Amino acid sequence: MISLAVPENLVYSRPESLTSVHNHYCPGCTHGVAHRLIAEVLDEMNVRDHTIGVAPVGCSVFAYNYFNCDFVEAAHGRAPAMATGIKRVLPDRVVFTYQGDGDLASIGMAEIMHAAARGENITVIFINNAIYGMTGGQMAPTSLPGQKTTSSPNGRDVETAGYPIRMAEILANMDGAGYIVRRSLHDPKNIRMAKKAIRMAFETQMHGLGFSMVELLSTCPTNWGITPIESLTWLEDHMIPAYPLGDYKVSEHLAAIKF
Amino acid sequence: MARELLKGNVAMAEAAVRAGLEAYFGYPITPQTEVLEHLSARLPELGRTFVQAESEVAAINMVYGAACTGTRVMSSSSSPGVSLMMEGISYISGTEIPAVLVNVMRGGPGLGNIAPSQGDYNQAVHGGGHGDYNMIVLAPSTVQESIDLMVLAFDLAEKYRMITMLLTDGSIGQMMEPAELPEMRPVVRKDWDWATNGAIGRERRILSSIYINPPLEEETNLRLMKTWQKVQANEVRYKEYYLDDAEFIVVGFGTSGRVALSAVRAARAQGIKVGLFRPISLNPFPYAMIDELANKASAFLVVEMNSGQMLEDIRLAVRGRVPVEFYARLGGIVPFPDEVLSEIQRVATTKLNTDQHPRDAWLARFTAQSER
Ligand SMILES: Cc1ncc(C[n+]2csc(CCOP(=O)(O)OP(=O)(O)O)c2C)c(N)n1
Ligand code: SF4
Repeated sequence: MISLAVPENLVYSRPESLTSVHNHYCPGCTHGVAHRLIAEVLDEMNVRDHTIGVAPVGCSVFAYNYFNCDFVEAAHGRAPAMATGIKRVLPDRVVFTYQGDGDLASIGMAEIMHAAARGENITVIFINNAIYGMTGGQMAPTSLPGQKTTSSPNGRDVETAGYPIRMAEILANMDGAGYIVRRSLHDPKNIRMAKKAIRMAFETQMHGLGFSMVELLSTCPTNWGITPIESLTWLEDHMIPAYPLGDYKVSEHLAAIKF
Repeated sequence: MARELLKGNVAMAEAAVRAGLEAYFGYPITPQTEVLEHLSARLPELGRTFVQAESEVAAINMVYGAACTGTRVMSSSSSPGVSLMMEGISYISGTEIPAVLVNVMRGGPGLGNIAPSQGDYNQAVHGGGHGDYNMIVLAPSTVQESIDLMVLAFDLAEKYRMITMLLTDGSIGQMMEPAELPEMRPVVRKDWDWATNGAIGRERRILSSIYINPPLEEETNLRLMKTWQKVQANEVRYKEYYLDDAEFIVVGFGTSGRVALSAVRAARAQGIKVGLFRPISLNPFPYAMIDELANKASAFLVVEMNSGQMLEDIRLAVRGRVPVEFYARLGGIVPFPDEVLSEIQRVATTKLNTDQHPRDAWLARFTAQSER
């Protein structure tokens, strides 16, 4: 056997903020991508051991198993209230919630609106996949008009089931919000932009600039009933027109922050 | 500390502050609001946390979050608001962390009214939230006792890692009485080995009420039961009045216990040998004491401001050995001592009929009387 002395050049590894376990997400689901981005940001900001995460009820209910920091598990929709309780008594800690669209935009609507209105110094990572993943693909408040789900088998009829809710636009109206943006996880370029936004959201919290939220357009191949690749295309073709990407509120004080 | 004239709700709030309360999350509702109002001024003045939440749902979940960090935290509400807290109460119980709650009960069901009631006994004592859990429930009958139990509540909650609830009502919450507050204790945030307060120099921690694997949930259920056995063995509290030579015994808690005491005193003045047993810990309930008393007493008279919710627990302890009689006012009405005195006289002088359920017998008497 010939042994070659190849100099090691590590270009990619598991962030310290992610635990070394297999996750339970379906193949091609973007929850995993979102987790990794958050973990990379916590590493880069060197705040892992100062961070307390709040997991939701939804497919990411086990998020606490995957992040290598203190974590609590909230009731469905109540993560912003729980995060408020933590942040108010530990203001020097970094506190974030990770929530799906059913969790944040349906059952937890009051909690998210008021956390933003109070300007809670917390960061919210909002996974908008236009469906209830965990319970098997029912209609979410973010499901698109005409979208077929297990509880809107003929497609979402806006006459009876109402219209999609655009959370980034709504929360941007809150005076207590410091940073509200929408990004997408459907291709590498957008994933890089999403990471930058997540960093900026945590910076908003670190600088005491109020409530921050990054809405991430995400896929659910399993419940959309298409392949992972088709899901990425479906997201781009159907979700982005309904949920335009962009910065909805950026505190003027953030301009001075460089990283 | 000197005795001063204090309103029940304010006294409870100030007692909590002096017991080291670090954070309060609540929502206004009569007849509890003075707790929230007092703390809205006091806690910020001391550099501690006060948040008026958007609802009781949010308030209990803020309590949940703060409790996870190992901080002394509480909320207070009244009946309809406590109903909204049931989700969080179940989650906090399942997570095995300490928190203190106050329910200043009012008339119900539904929106009911803002007058004193004891209609939430079952909700507090026999569950109300989903799943198998218990919380310690303490019922004061005076302003002084509200203060003392408030202080005790934090210690018990932390000792057993469970919710301790003060179950009181609009009468004790709103009344003014001379009482003595405790000395101000310094705030000590203990470094609990379970608290999620940032994994600095240690392994990360997780606090959750989810046990997706049924054997692990069963293990948790069993652990909760064993903790509860310890509470049952060590934390039963009650007060006895004139029991030494009592032929029969009145039982009442909180305000109805207080009214019953006046009636018992008046009866004693008339030579009726009656005593009063007043449970203070409604959960754990003093079953063993009632059981023992049932061997000596000729009858019990249970007085409540509900439709006989504690009555069932008394019947469970008495097990049919002697008659159990019942008297109640409902809807937010506090019985007058005279009403209870007439009942004591009736029990002392008539042959008691045990064929009927005491609730039904009382309802028949009460209906006949009000139709007269
Ligand atoms: C109070 C309550 N109601 C309903 C449920 C059931 N439930 C669990 S997850 C979920 C929907 C989650 O969907 P979403 O927030 O969009 O997250 P995803 O699973 O898509 O990531 C529902 C309705 C629950 N756990 N608790
Ligand atoms: S059900 Fe959907 S959201 Fe949930 S893990 Fe699978 S792909 Fe992801």
